[in-house]
Amino acid sequence: MMPDSTILNPAASEHKTSPLFRPYNPGIAGYWRTFAGITQREFLRFVQQRSRFLSALIRPLLWLIVFAAGFRAVLGVSIMPPYGTYITYQVYIAPGLVAMIILFNAMQSALSMVYDREMGSMKVLLTCPQPRGFLLFSKLLANALVALPQIYAFLLIAYFVDVDPPFIGYLAVLPACLLVAIMLGAIGLFISSFIRQLENFAGVMNFVIFPMFFLSSALYPLWKMQEAGPILYAICNANPFTHAVELIRFSLYGELDLQSLLLVCSITIGFLFLAIISFDPQKGLSKGKKS
Amino acid sequence: MNSRADTLTSECQNTHQVLLNIQGLNFQYGALNALTGLNYQIYSGAFNALLGANGAGKSTLFNLLAGLLKPQQGELHFQGQPIRHLNADYLANLGIVFQQSTLDMDLSVGQNLHYHASLHGLSRKQAKQRIEEELTRLNLLDRIKDPVRTLNGGHKRRVEIARALLHQPAFLMLDEATVGLDLSTRQQLTDYLHQRCQDDGLTVLWTTHLIEEIQPQDPVLILYKGEAKYSGLSAELIQQQGVTELKQLIQQLTRAE
Repeated sequence: MMPDSTILNPAASEHKTSPLFRPYNPGIAGYWRTFAGITQREFLRFVQQRSRFLSALIRPLLWLIVFAAGFRAVLGVSIMPPYGTYITYQVYIAPGLVAMIILFNAMQSALSMVYDREMGSMKVLLTCPQPRGFLLFSKLLANALVALPQIYAFLLIAYFVDVDPPFIGYLAVLPACLLVAIMLGAIGLFISSFIRQLENFAGVMNFVIFPMFFLSSALYPLWKMQEAGPILYAICNANPFTHAVELIRFSLYGELDLQSLLLVCSITIGFLFLAIISFDPQKGLSKGKKS
Repeated sequence: MNSRADTLTSECQNTHQVLLNIQGLNFQYGALNALTGLNYQIYSGAFNALLGANGAGKSTLFNLLAGLLKPQQGELHFQGQPIRHLNADYLANLGIVFQQSTLDMDLSVGQNLHYHASLHGLSRKQAKQRIEEELTRLNLLDRIKDPVRTLNGGHKRRVEIARALLHQPAFLMLDEATVGLDLSTRQQLTDYLHQRCQDDGLTVLWTTHLIEEIQPQDPVLILYKGEAKYSGLSAELIQQQGVTELKQLIQQLTRAE
């Protein structure tokens, strides 16, 4: 390396940039490169943060191995679609735990967007010439793709505790998980657009993640909630996470729950639209300047 | 104090074309006026210095020009063409170095630069070539595989400059890019950018509160509480205002408060 007396390398000074104003026309290839770049960055970051992978796995595994083992004696699950026979509690909650991985991943991504908006790297994304909606969607899809290795690692371990869906289910669950991840990511992004400071995010998440998870069909079938009371049942039924869990449950057994698919698609489109129009980089910039 | 920014004639207008023309720009954070009726010309191929104490409105102007804030009033013309907020053609011709580092510390220099190239739609081959060119010019090619975390402050800034120039923008903006750096590193960075203006015709907007970073031939705007107070070539301003250095002009503004 050359000494630091001057930065400019005289040997390289023949290279000249072209500072003339050029119209921007990236074409489809340009959009694809941008999406690929965003996805690659998310995967590189994920690989760098091994503890994130471990914690993403340990949480659902505790539920599957410890919680479900204790509860299987208390809670019987009768024959219900998509299962053709009586199932153990582990088998019942596995799709809910897949959705839980996606939920935590989506909220962590939303958190990282708040952090990036405050700390600056989001500014780099938002000052590139691609449309903001495309950039935010790319980021959500990239985060959804990052969730996939976590899901398959969980399903692999779950196989050894008798959660063994048909092979076709392992394939069919992939698009379902991607769709659910985009939906939950869009919900997280929409919520994050109302958060002025990073510190507020953890509190808000407590009011989102836990109610979403517990007021759904992830841990107990909806008919059990119906027995508990009509209001609780109505809330669970209106919870987008319930339909996400059911979409994953049916697809994991190679079946399509059309109602859940349509609902998840509609909610995804709605929240994507809301998240993109309400995302405002000015929030991070104006912090502390209004007084 | 009356603003003299609008009335000053400058050699700039004879030697450089106006790249970016700002007219009547206003911006408020709630009830706080950050910029008031700002008129400002950024000259093509020059190292344009935006001077002002903390709270003068430099970063607000910077964020407005970067498209991160929306102008509440006023017009911006880039090479004579009016620009809308977040105009893609404008952003594609803009290179930005923010005050806080925006590099990903866990990734390598090369990975950071490839990510930026992809955001501007550059192909892998183009990106590789441009990354090598820029890092070679900045004497950093041998650090391409090193994690950014392992670089010192000056090298990180160089990587950010290389990144901002990857897509060959016509206009490079840097917001207090030398904060936290030692004197010699600051000097190296400003010398490098002056050289790029001269060699490549690059237009630079350099916001700073450090007066010693400005050279006599640089067009300067002095902002004070959101208003343009003085503008012109640095040497010209010193002569016209009857002071020995720019520092005195800022001191006069502060004393008049």
